[in-house]
Amino acid sequence: MTAELLRESYHIQGRNFDKAGEISSEIKVILKDLELDAGCIRRVVIVAFEAEMNVVMYADRGTLTLILTDRDISLEVVDEGPGIPDIDLAMKEGYSTASDEMREMGFGFGMGLPNMKKNSDEFCVESEVGKGTSVFARIRLDADA
Amino acid sequence: MKLAEIKELLQCEVLSGEEDLSMDISQVVASDGMSEILAFAKSRELMITGLTNIQSIRTADIAGVSAVLYCRGKRPDKKVIDFARQKKIPVLVTAMVMFDICGILYNKGLKGVS
Repeated sequence: MTAELLRESYHIQGRNFDKAGEISSEIKVILKDLELDAGCIRRVVIVAFEAEMNVVMYADRGTLTLILTDRDISLEVVDEGPGIPDIDLAMKEGYSTASDEMREMGFGFGMGLPNMKKNSDEFCVESEVGKGTSVFARIRLDADA
Repeated sequence: MKLAEIKELLQCEVLSGEEDLSMDISQVVASDGMSEILAFAKSRELMITGLTNIQSIRTADIAGVSAVLYCRGKRPDKKVIDFARQKKIPVLVTAMVMFDICGILYNKGLKGVS
């Protein structure tokens, strides 16, 4: 049996670049306070930050849910946005549909989704064009960084 | 190498974290792409970038780098410096360009991350 220890949901405002990343910073503080393994925290917050930036850059709004159990940490990110027409293509490093504004922020170089996958033990993306995208990532507490 | 030596070597101005210049730096991650920093930083590096917005410090915090060096004389605004101070991340700025900075630090024995 897996015991759920914490579940927290955060609203992400689309196109608000000033606040982009605040949720991931907050998650880092929460996980550090829980004295979890530093490598594990690092992986979780990198996935959270990339996901948060993706919602801010592309979607109208979204929700990030953090779930901590005694075995792992999950991140569920669901947005209302344009969706991804070709997920396989979006997962390719270097592929990007980012605007100049996004690139000026230092993002949109086609590394976000591959980076999230690399830092997750389980990772999946589902999307419907015109509706939005859901990302699920699980990071095991006992995995090596 | 101490951050204080890097400051002298690159003729930096310290914008935050003056009290932390004794920290040791052995590796460097350099990019204007924040995802690249997030992908390659292993934590505790010096991060060199020309991107001076709030996301540069957020990325530094999330990636766990030790200090941030802005190149090409680009200066972040006060809000960014305050945020770095809050996150206890030393921030330095130099007029040198990225290529020269990396060359100088490499010659002094610092290594990149891969």
